[in-house]
Amino acid sequence: MTATELTEYYLERSERLQPTINGYISLTRDKALATACHVDSLRRQNRELSPLAGIPMAVKDNIAVRGAATTCASKVLADYISPYDATAVEKLAHCPLLGKANMDEFAMGSSSLTSAFGPVANPWDSKRSPGGSSGGSAALVAAGCAPFSLGTDTGGSIRQPAAFCGVTGFKPSYGRVSRRGLLPLAPSLDQIGTLTRSVEDAALVLQEICGYDPGDPASARQDVPDFSACLVDDVSGLVLGLPREILESCPDSSTSEAVEAAARKFAQAGAKVSWVSMPYTDESLAAYMLIATAEAASSLARYDGVAYGYRHSSSTLEEMYTGSRIFGAEVRRRLMLGTYNLGPDCSGYELGQQARKHISRHLEELFSQVDLLLLPAAPYIAFPLEEELDPLAMYYNDVYSIPANLAGLPALALPCGESRGLPIGMQMMAPRFREDVLLRAGYTWQCRSDWHLRRPREVE
Amino acid sequence: MNPTIGLEVHVQLQTGKKLFCSCPSDFAAPPNTRVCPVCLGLPGTLPVLNQEAVILALRAALVLGCTINTLSSFDRKHYFYPDLPKGYQITQQRQPLALGGEVETPLGTVDINRLHLEEDAAKLVHTAEGTLIDYNRSGIALVEIVTAPCLTSPGAAKSFLQFLRQVLLYAGISDCKLEEGSLRCDANISLQGGGRTEIKNLNSFKAVERALDYEIQRQRRAIARGEKVRPETLRWDEAQAKTVPMRAKGIAAEYLYLPEPDLPPLYADAALVEKARMGLPELPRSRAARFVRQYGLPPERAELLVATREMADCFEEIAAKGATPLAAANLLLGEVSRLLNAGGELPAAGQLARLLALQEAGSISVKAAKEVLARMSARGESVDNILKQENFFQISDTETLAELAQKVIAANPGATADYLKGKTKALGYLMGAAMKASQGRANPESLKKILAQKLAERPKKY
Repeated sequence: MTATELTEYYLERSERLQPTINGYISLTRDKALATACHVDSLRRQNRELSPLAGIPMAVKDNIAVRGAATTCASKVLADYISPYDATAVEKLAHCPLLGKANMDEFAMGSSSLTSAFGPVANPWDSKRSPGGSSGGSAALVAAGCAPFSLGTDTGGSIRQPAAFCGVTGFKPSYGRVSRRGLLPLAPSLDQIGTLTRSVEDAALVLQEICGYDPGDPASARQDVPDFSACLVDDVSGLVLGLPREILESCPDSSTSEAVEAAARKFAQAGAKVSWVSMPYTDESLAAYMLIATAEAASSLARYDGVAYGYRHSSSTLEEMYTGSRIFGAEVRRRLMLGTYNLGPDCSGYELGQQARKHISRHLEELFSQVDLLLLPAAPYIAFPLEEELDPLAMYYNDVYSIPANLAGLPALALPCGESRGLPIGMQMMAPRFREDVLLRAGYTWQCRSDWHLRRPREVE
Repeated sequence: MNPTIGLEVHVQLQTGKKLFCSCPSDFAAPPNTRVCPVCLGLPGTLPVLNQEAVILALRAALVLGCTINTLSSFDRKHYFYPDLPKGYQITQQRQPLALGGEVETPLGTVDINRLHLEEDAAKLVHTAEGTLIDYNRSGIALVEIVTAPCLTSPGAAKSFLQFLRQVLLYAGISDCKLEEGSLRCDANISLQGGGRTEIKNLNSFKAVERALDYEIQRQRRAIARGEKVRPETLRWDEAQAKTVPMRAKGIAAEYLYLPEPDLPPLYADAALVEKARMGLPELPRSRAARFVRQYGLPPERAELLVATREMADCFEEIAAKGATPLAAANLLLGEVSRLLNAGGELPAAGQLARLLALQEAGSISVKAAKEVLARMSARGESVDNILKQENFFQISDTETLAELAQKVIAANPGATADYLKGKTKALGYLMGAAMKASQGRANPESLKKILAQKLAERPKKY
């Protein structure tokens, strides 16, 4: 099969399912076929190609792609075309780009409901949310519209939608993947990662996008191991920590039961499982909100209508500014919170950073006792689209994933069960730069389970 | 009622590139031709710190005697204004690169509060149709140098700036061109009993002095009338020669500083500071002292020579080629300086050394040397080339001069007779005639000697 044939197949499926799922903000058929055609011609010349050459992909719409719309699901950037490629996209230049994936506006949300381009449907139940903010990236992989996609994770934005859509979501360590070209939500927490059908696929994509980039000052000068070589069906000797408070207080009992069942299965496979304590989930969420809103308020200051993006014409500068910043309600809410946090009467940001230090230190200590932490990817399974969730309840979606962002840890979300016909996701966290351990444990899990092989019934 | 004055000086670092991207930082390029996604603040771009700018900033901290912070960090300073493409400026608010310096200027010690790196904003061009933005300046590498409020007169402020300019130029840190904005100054001033005002738009050292003078008078009158001096930001209006209140700059007055999450802390360890120090030249003050010591120059000549690095370097090169140091100094401070002030170029040291050597050997006259120098400075020609084309060589050859003397004596019997009768003044006339006959090239001293000798040889019968 040629890359062109493969790309045609995925384009056709993507276009056909777009009205149902709304997983894309824009489809990039011409660009995809041009890349596929180029790869095919290289292959005919017997050129050496990477394992992913010609495999199509979807890219979350907060990652810059040259010559393509890069909207962040916001009206503010509705007509913005990026003049440059993100580093991660450059590294995947041989992967035909099917389109830019739908998401929560500026990645602020856990439902993909805040997109200015309409909500994304969960392929398992089109009346339910795919999670967010990488909801489009997760839904497209789940629906078989894209073999893999890039997402971003600031507080759980890869792992929670991966759990909701029954796919494999990988958030690498902070600094593993260059953030150059990632439109920031909170620069100290943001990380690009993958949504795939399996851990094996995740290893292939991560191999290409990880690595030091002089264009990102926060990028780590850390050797990238051969990730595929880490895929061994063997967890003997690994110590898995189960955070007792989290499993005991998880609001969805089917989720906590599935995670505990997984722990038993790991124990059968030779891992040692022990209870640990992570008694700061609420504090993590609070710290996250203080830091992420402040950094977002700063990072989004540039959307003023002056040099690019939407501009409200007006005779006064102030009116031009206020009229150009046409953000949705959730973005406005967070910008207000963040601006307040940065203000002279509030030391919210510093407070958040202090809490972050404590939590990071505690996690570091935990990892002197265990190799991995095993916990739910999210406190719920996919919730109905029409459900009016109040913002605080929505923020609670990320409560189990945030510690990894605060401490810069790699984390992996994997399908581990089903409840009422909807996927359940578990999550594993490892010490910083120990993606290898996550890949090993995740691969072992998928060798011994078939949850990741199940397909949503709604989108045959 | 002495004024209290503090200065904030922005200096463009001479790195050739911007602070966080590799766009060139040349002046007067066509608008928006020195831009890239980073300095335009396009979505998703990240700043990458220019390491050469760090070295230059460290050098500035060293020459100002500052204490360098091993760990400094960057902050985002937010305000909404179209000159700021990101909605914030990257600066060093909480932990600046350096603190607490002290410099000796001719008008006394000046304390430096802090020195930090920051990026420049874009330039707004207001036209009848609207405001245009030139992003060429956006992201240019600056250091901000803040003095303590320790200056007590406009003259002292001016003197500090002149000193600062001299050392920054010397150390190759900045080209300090006020007219191009690579050195900009804001002044803070208050009198006892009044509020502090900040004056912006000071485009020359003279403007600094005049604006401060004006502001002292204005504040003094206000206080005398029992009025309050409001703390405010003023603009110096050169045409009206007065300070006028500025329009409010940002919509928000609060800068909402945020530790820059895109940039790791700047670690200026001993090795980096040493690297910066290695590139530092000898500074004017110690160089002048050495010139006195090593070359035996009078101190005031040495001071003048070190005023610019080019002149001092040139002097040392000439001296190294064996010229008499004082003669070299006099040449540079006299004729060469005059030519430079008239817009000429500084000739190469080797050429100046050759000229001096010819002059000292008596091969060319002082007058001829001046002419040769003028041509060197104007057209960059070499000494020997000029001398080959024009017959500037001085005639010192005894035989030629004797011949000349004979001719002049023969042609001027009257003057010769007068001289022999004891009218010594007649020798002057004969000298004039001889110089004219040689087109000014005769070595006057030798000629005078030979002429007197030839006259003495005349038979006494006259």
